[in-house]
Amino acid sequence: MALPDILFYVFAALTLLCGVLVIANPFSRNPVTSAMFLVLTIISMAGLFVLLHAFFLAAVQVLVYAGAVMVLFLFVIMLLDLKEEERRKIKKFSLIGGLVSVGAIVIIFLKVLVAAKPEANASAPTLEGETAALGKLLFTQYLLPFEVVSVLLLVAMLGVILLSKKDLK
Amino acid sequence: MQVGLEHYLVVSALLFCLGLLGVITRRNLLVMYMSLELMLNAANLALVSFSRFNNNLNGQIMVFFIITVAAAEVSVGLALIVALYRKRQTAHVEDLTTMKL
Repeated sequence: MALPDILFYVFAALTLLCGVLVIANPFSRNPVTSAMFLVLTIISMAGLFVLLHAFFLAAVQVLVYAGAVMVLFLFVIMLLDLKEEERRKIKKFSLIGGLVSVGAIVIIFLKVLVAAKPEANASAPTLEGETAALGKLLFTQYLLPFEVVSVLLLVAMLGVILLSKKDLK
Repeated sequence: MQVGLEHYLVVSALLFCLGLLGVITRRNLLVMYMSLELMLNAANLALVSFSRFNNNLNGQIMVFFIITVAAAEVSVGLALIVALYRKRQTAHVEDLTTMKL
């Protein structure tokens, strides 16, 4: 087995393991632990992006998700005093319902994957997700969505300022 | 066995299901929100692997936009949760029963 394949299995296992620990940690019900494992999930997913030759997106993933978004999450967790979370139990009914529905979706996904046989018509990948090519595409073909997204960020910023004002009137 | 498109898709599908399970079973708003992020990331992984194995950069552009929109969504959602907590002193969906008959 070549080195990228071994790395794929390592990163995939790490991603899934940390993903499980985000939603159901047997040792701690604290949201801070969930957030930390979400950071690990995102970083190992950036490793998968590197294996897919999407270097720019791997960097963005670490910077934006593991950096900005998770810091925001941790700020809010610290802001809200969530001590009582550890006393609450997961309801048996919701656990059973969740497992049944998720199991059904897993079966659907796997059936689709088997039926589609994506391997059959796949050629050897030659694409390099280098930053220059991505930037060229972003500023020619996708210029309008790019500008719209920047407006969206501005709107989100205004919304957040308005929402977090003390007297919402 | 060479790692191909289907390996990445299986990882992505499993991660999506983990996120869905988290949304359904956990009752804390913040943890539910983190599970939503997990689902978004699973979609991103699928898009990047499609992009790589179809020799087409458009998938990566899509992921770029998804990450941007997710950042905006997280900031607004967390502001909503903070505003809710100020009003109700809780971040649990079970305590929010105003619309229940």
